[in-house]
Amino acid sequence: MADTTTAPAPSAVEAAPAPSHTSIVIREAVIAAVIAAALASILLGARTDIAPGGLSLEYRPWNIVIAAVVVFFGKLALGFLGPRSGVDLGGAFSGLAPSGDALSHAGTYVQPALLVLAVVGPFLLLSTYGGSGARQYIELAILILTYIMLGWGLNIVVGLAGLLDLGYVAFYAVGAYSYALMALHFGLSFWVCLPLAGLIAALWGVMLGFPVLRLRGDYLAIVTLAFGEIIRVVLLNWYEFTGGPDGLSRIPRPSFFGIEFSRGDGGFADVFGLAYSPIHRIIFLYFLILSLALLTYFISIRLRRLPIGRAWEALREDEIACRALGINTTTTKLTAFALGAMFGGFAGSFFATKQGFISPESFTFIESAVILAIVVLGGLGSQLGVVIAATLFIGGFEFFREFEQYRMLVFGLSMVFIMVWKPRGLISRREPSVFLKKRKAISGDLVGEGAG
Amino acid sequence: MSAPLLAVDGVETFYGKIQALRGVEMEVREGEIVSLIGANGAGKSTLMMTICGAPQARNGRIILEGRDISRMPTHQIMRLGVAQSPEGRRIFPRMTVLENLMMGAAVTDGAHFEDDLARMFTLFPVLERRQGQRGGTLSGGEQQMLAISRALMSRPRLLLLDEPSLGLAPLVVRQIFKVIKELNESQGLTVFLVEQNAFHALRLAHRGYVMVNGVITMTGAGKELLAREEVRAAYLEGGAH
Repeated sequence: MADTTTAPAPSAVEAAPAPSHTSIVIREAVIAAVIAAALASILLGARTDIAPGGLSLEYRPWNIVIAAVVVFFGKLALGFLGPRSGVDLGGAFSGLAPSGDALSHAGTYVQPALLVLAVVGPFLLLSTYGGSGARQYIELAILILTYIMLGWGLNIVVGLAGLLDLGYVAFYAVGAYSYALMALHFGLSFWVCLPLAGLIAALWGVMLGFPVLRLRGDYLAIVTLAFGEIIRVVLLNWYEFTGGPDGLSRIPRPSFFGIEFSRGDGGFADVFGLAYSPIHRIIFLYFLILSLALLTYFISIRLRRLPIGRAWEALREDEIACRALGINTTTTKLTAFALGAMFGGFAGSFFATKQGFISPESFTFIESAVILAIVVLGGLGSQLGVVIAATLFIGGFEFFREFEQYRMLVFGLSMVFIMVWKPRGLISRREPSVFLKKRKAISGDLVGEGAG
Repeated sequence: MSAPLLAVDGVETFYGKIQALRGVEMEVREGEIVSLIGANGAGKSTLMMTICGAPQARNGRIILEGRDISRMPTHQIMRLGVAQSPEGRRIFPRMTVLENLMMGAAVTDGAHFEDDLARMFTLFPVLERRQGQRGGTLSGGEQQMLAISRALMSRPRLLLLDEPSLGLAPLVVRQIFKVIKELNESQGLTVFLVEQNAFHALRLAHRGYVMVNGVITMTGAGKELLAREEVRAAYLEGGAH
């Protein structure tokens, strides 16, 4: 650099603006506290009580003071420890958990290890807690795996093709209702219905895809959001077909390739010479969702290395350039929608057979939001990121079940924190899909926001 | 004389109610470098994009090798031996250089991929060193080289270049124009170049067109246009670096 001789020593550069930074932070904190107090004066400070002869207004000045103090110190902490303060919180956190990049570097070991853990996990739980004790943990694992599968499915649409889909739960619902209706009306078995339900969901994916081909970003998000709601409202109101708010019940349970999980002769326990236990079915369901999720994983990993997967990613990066290179953006988008929807449909079928009962209540917008949050927080396009995010969120949800009231608070806060410190998600590194001579990947951190 | 590779015949293009091209007539013959120069907003890029079918011409015809392409969607035109290095380069920033080049070969059957890749790395050796790097981390000049290479990966007969010199250092501009000339001379690649940098563009071109307000006002051999007083006055004042 030409100006090294004239530039002051680095320490002087840092020392000079330091006091002004402190004063700015304090001033901002005071302003935030005043605003908080003003808001709290109405929202927290006043309380209506039932009094003889009507309602009375009770003032609680301490609440206002507490709110102001909390906001003041929170803002202060954010100012000194936040992303622009220069303090490397990522380093501090890495003591607690490996950073995303370290995780993906170790991906070669982490992923097989996770797979082994997933396979032997239920048996470990069984031997530790016994049949009835392990049940709740295995059911939790089933739930997490369902969301991992949904996350991987949505990752094709959002992470790879870059099409922001806020109505993914619609395909989940289509899959669930497809299986339930086919099983109830035609008596088809789960294994016949599963591919059919996937196909029907994929068809709906294409049906959603066509009208939104020209839309991107925010506009696409709104239309998909509306689509998700339309499906739910139709399910709710088409009473004769879907059962409306009553839902569908007595959905057949899956069989072990034709062998029912029933007590007595010909049941699973009888055929395999085991003592009957309801845990058999739970474990079977666990391995069912595990294999469905792995199917999603391997197909999407494989697709990413194929021309269609690269076309999806290119579409995410620059649609005009894609067309200029002779890519048919219409079919590229539709295949992304269709495949994402298909995996959503598989997951939906599984959900229906696991629960035995479905109603529109299970397919509300919050489900779409949770799945999208898992994908975004995990790191768009990152498969391992989805696993971590789904485990943290769904596992955390269940773990903090006793603190029901604070669940959404913690959920929201953790999202804010992840987005502040890891704006590209937990695993932000994008693994190149092709190598010529030696493996070399570039961290997402090397590219500034917006540049990449 | 044989039929031109590309002929634009009375093309009118509109953006909503605003007419951007008012009956453009021009042609590009096999093996030629043709430059189109003009001021900001004259409609140069619009003409190039109209040839690519986005937006489509409202009136007039665009003939590629005797075939009317004016109603074809962009991706089909690009499969007929046309490749484009679009304005602003538009490389894929989060994908690696190698992946960008693979996208360029997306319309081919992949049989010549290795050879073509080697060819690009000979043309622009810097791309070989940067092949595992993300497109977005390249410098402007390198990005332009990547955009041109990506277009060439489809083995086009007609290369459309939109402002390849935009925002680049003079030395890099010279290097890129040298490569275009080489490609044209050694492989007979036909090039249609849209440029604001009139001096370089006309010096390189066999023939040139000048566009003003959506119509072609002047045409002639590149060097001839360069010598014309009105061209010098309008586009070259202080621009010849």
